[in-house]
Amino acid sequence: MKPAPFGYADPTSVAEALDVLAAEGDGAKVLAGGQSLIPLLSMRLAAPTALVDINRVAGLDRISASPDGVRVGALVRHAHLLASAEAAAVQPLLGRATANVAHPAIRNRGTTVGSIAHADPSGEMTAVLAVTDGSVTVARPDGSTTVGWRDLFVGPLETSLHGAAVVVDAFFPALAPRSGTAFAEIARRKGDYAVCGAAVVVTLDEDRRVAAARAAYLSVGAMPEVHDLTDAVGGKPVDSADWTAAGELARTLVDPDGDLHASADYRRLLVGALTARTLAEAAAEAERRTP
Amino acid sequence: MTSTERTISVVVNGVPREATVPVRRLLSDVLRHDLGLTGTHVGCEHGVCGACTVLLDGQPTRSCLVLGVQADGHRVTTVEGLSRSDHQGGQVLHPVQEAFRECHALQCGFCTPGFLTTIAAGLDTRDATQPITDAEVDELVGGNLCRCTGYANIRKACRHAAEAMRAATGAEVATSAPGEEAAT
Ligand SMILES: Cc1cc2nc3c(=O)[nH]c(=O)nc-3n(C[C@H](O)[C@H](O)[C@H](O)COP(=O)(O)OP(=O)(O)OC[C@H]3O[C@@H](n4cnc5c(N)ncnc54)[C@H](O)[C@@H]3O)c2cc1C
Ligand code: FES
Ligand code: FES
Repeated sequence: MKPAPFGYADPTSVAEALDVLAAEGDGAKVLAGGQSLIPLLSMRLAAPTALVDINRVAGLDRISASPDGVRVGALVRHAHLLASAEAAAVQPLLGRATANVAHPAIRNRGTTVGSIAHADPSGEMTAVLAVTDGSVTVARPDGSTTVGWRDLFVGPLETSLHGAAVVVDAFFPALAPRSGTAFAEIARRKGDYAVCGAAVVVTLDEDRRVAAARAAYLSVGAMPEVHDLTDAVGGKPVDSADWTAAGELARTLVDPDGDLHASADYRRLLVGALTARTLAEAAAEAERRTP
Repeated sequence: MTSTERTISVVVNGVPREATVPVRRLLSDVLRHDLGLTGTHVGCEHGVCGACTVLLDGQPTRSCLVLGVQADGHRVTTVEGLSRSDHQGGQVLHPVQEAFRECHALQCGFCTPGFLTTIAAGLDTRDATQPITDAEVDELVGGNLCRCTGYANIRKACRHAAEAMRAATGAEVATSAPGEEAAT
């Protein structure tokens, strides 16, 4: 239970971090909060030749909330995002989901961007990035690019980022007008990874009819996916929409795996129940936000 | 560009300490092996049990999920640092340590250092004039595992410590801590 030997660098700028990553080649990894990477090192499931610790890089620990959305820097800890009223005002799903990430001591150190770069299909923030249609900013030796969530996640614990790349921030678009969000998950113990979870967004039209309903799930499938559930509830007045039917639709769209914690059938059942519950909650919020 | 060994300076329990450590050494092992502070216990070594929790710059942090080199230039408080001097050669325990003793909140004691550091930091940063709620108590202890006590006495100790700290602020205190009957 001790990490294998590696070389260590703690650069103070993104440019310097990219230099070290480029020089060290494929065996090098970025170290952010370490709350996923260090367990992998200790269990020897990962044995990078070099760790590039970004914790001393200045300027990455900021949250900036604007009417367009919330930009979360690579060193913003889960605890910091959870406490940000500005972020929650622009995109309420951020706080709702982050409250379910791990235990407080892990949230003090782990980063939002790190959990996205880790691409765990059981993570809360991967699902939130997907359902809000978010993106990340990736710095490479030849410049920065914006990578949308669909191009980022390519498999379980796998992103499209290869070679010298540092994710400098994640961007979560603002909640649209007449929209509401909700988040719920089932875990064996609060703070543990979810057996199943749902992050949803509902949008109404000016006549308070359901215009759109979409959901992303945790621990269902190999990577985050967004499911459009509008077919089951679209056009219905918000107070007579059949959220259970949307849950039924969701059950036919997902393809969960079974494991030690839950069978595939049980997960599918949870998808239906959590979808119905969260959509109703999100619709109530959308209604409150509809003039 | 990279190194495999580093000399680090860390203020541990208020005392500046130096050590030369392999970069792959976990902070938990630096504290125990290099600095001789064996109060920090190591259980699972992957973040789940909480036994190794210390305060890094005042914040509860798993010392098994931080490299020793990452603590360079920072402050660490271990369970050894929770009490303070009484200026007569003795020590005054932190209220949560007193409460653990009063409430029998430990049996084998393996998990205790992690609970004490986590709870002490939580109590030190909350508004001590307010009574503690059951939800607050659960949030404080929910990330740590104990194989012996069944948690009831640990939760009770949290409430006792919060009440003691509330009494110390001069706020009016009920004779029994809120929620105590329900949980004992
Ligand atoms: C007991 C326990 C319970 C947990 N429960 C949950 C949970 O319920 N939900 C959840 O979502 N998470 C959970 N986590 C994980 C936690 O949220 C981590 O903080 C998160 O997954 C990774 O973020 P990090 O900053 O710690 O990244 P690290 O561990 O430092 O890195 C993780 C991976 O991402 C890469 N990476 C990190 N940052 C960058 C970057 N800026 N650019 C490029 N690559 C980068 C690293 O190279 C590494 O491959 C738990 C962890 C523990 C120990
Ligand atoms: S030893 Fe660190 S959390 Fe278990
Ligand atoms: S007292 Fe033995 S593990 Fe908690």
